[in-house]
Amino acid sequence: MTELSRENNIKDQLLVKFKFLGDKIVVKRDRRISADVDLLNFREVFSYLVNDMGFLRICMITGFDEGENFAAKYHLTDDKGIVFDLKTYIPKTNPVIKTVSDIISGGLLYERELVDMFGIKVEGLPEGERYPLPDGWPEGQYPLRKDWNKDMLKD
Amino acid sequence: MGTVKIPIGPQHPALKEPESFLISLNGEKITDVGMRLGYNHRGIEKAAEGRTYIQNMPLLERVCGICSHSHSTAFSQAVEEIAGVEIPKRAKYIRTIIGELERVHSHLLWLGVAGHEVGFDTLLMYSWRDREVVMDLLAEITGNRVQYAMNALGGVRRDIDKEKQEHILKAVDVLEERTKYYINIATKETTLIKRLSGVGSISKEDVIKLGTVGPTGRASGVTRDIRKDDPYAAYADMEFNVITDTHCDVYGRAVVRLLELMETYKILRQAVKNIPDGDVSVRFPRRVPAGEATSRYEAPRGEDVHYVKANGTDKPERVKLRAPTMANLQSVAKMLENNNLADVPITIAAIDPCFSCTDRMIKIDNVSSGKLEMITWGDLRNQSIDFYKREHGLDFAELNKKYRERGTL
Repeated sequence: MTELSRENNIKDQLLVKFKFLGDKIVVKRDRRISADVDLLNFREVFSYLVNDMGFLRICMITGFDEGENFAAKYHLTDDKGIVFDLKTYIPKTNPVIKTVSDIISGGLLYERELVDMFGIKVEGLPEGERYPLPDGWPEGQYPLRKDWNKDMLKD
Repeated sequence: MGTVKIPIGPQHPALKEPESFLISLNGEKITDVGMRLGYNHRGIEKAAEGRTYIQNMPLLERVCGICSHSHSTAFSQAVEEIAGVEIPKRAKYIRTIIGELERVHSHLLWLGVAGHEVGFDTLLMYSWRDREVVMDLLAEITGNRVQYAMNALGGVRRDIDKEKQEHILKAVDVLEERTKYYINIATKETTLIKRLSGVGSISKEDVIKLGTVGPTGRASGVTRDIRKDDPYAAYADMEFNVITDTHCDVYGRAVVRLLELMETYKILRQAVKNIPDGDVSVRFPRRVPAGEATSRYEAPRGEDVHYVKANGTDKPERVKLRAPTMANLQSVAKMLENNNLADVPITIAAIDPCFSCTDRMIKIDNVSSGKLEMITWGDLRNQSIDFYKREHGLDFAELNKKYRERGTL
């Protein structure tokens, strides 16, 4: 598997720094690495990836409604074509996550999507226009939650 | 004089699609830009969760009118990766050819829009005339000018035979000559150079920080092209250069797009020359095993990202996508700072925000009689009414009459 040496190097380097990642970090194929991390350690791993591993760009953030909890997957890339998908879990009882806009710019709109589409509160998000739902959108309606359907919009 | 705030959009003649900008001005200079997006949000991600993978192909193709092939390729790549299906090499080459033809039509379209925005309408007329060469070619190969519907899960739906390959090479010769002419204009025509230089500047550092993609990023000296960095389809076999520029302004973005076209012609010639024989698709399962994949594609406007999560059924658990304009819009505010109000339209147009325009009349070359026929919107409607009556036993004639009387048709 010499082809995957770049990806495995990144994995090893992360494992040295964050032992708790253990088998949660997977090299899926060439140029694709993904890892799961709990909310407590998320920011630390995220800022290490950005500041020390060269994953300087955020492609998008995918939100999930997984039944018991929400999740958010941050798709980061470096300039060598490698995509790092870092996923973290957010409890439904207290759906709050800290913003990453202080670590990386360019992800603001994707964080606003989490707010509008899932009702996840993003702490520390700078003031600004909402995205993508219209201003008159009813409170408490979050379209990408699994239990939501369009009929719920009717009175 | 204090600050004046001017709203531009959501409906504004200078914008080709609804977005809303709130521009703060000090005299003629822009001091701050507020932005409101989402007017075109159609809920495609939610819709995708309720449809099967096969139904999602046409849905995802319709994310964009111009980069339709980009989105359907990015989506099918992700699904194919999860299912562990390797598509035939010939299909990869065909996807590459359509992708590059799409880039030609998109860049020529942009050139026309850019010309129009700076009052150089001759450039608009010329480049859109030349764009018809590639539009006709796409219609010949795929059956459609836009929304080509070439991709299927597991390959492509149509082959490109020898005759069509010849037509591609012929069209590339014509387009290359025309592009050389435009490069000549862009590098020698003083009025154009002066109008575009120093407008909408953004530094390399800001481009990296804000995640700007595609020609917009490359015009600020960032060597980033998914075709090279993260090769997909047949790009690993192709020889081409990633075009960058250091002007960092609208002029740089024009130069990058034009020079990029020359590389596209190189890729097209290689792809046609080296296209391997064989099938164009393989059988694809209806149910996709649980798994996930992130797929990237270099669309004409930049990096297109799709993420698909499968749960073992015939419908995806989650589909997430990000089009390049979304990444680039975040840099527009930075580009507009300290510019003049009059530079707003061209600066916004310079990231090539995406809009679709597909209403048209169809002109068909009648092979048997050798005559040209015009099919009007009404004829198309009647054809579809006949089709539904014949094939499905549904009669829409009454309904059609009612609408016609109400004047809504």
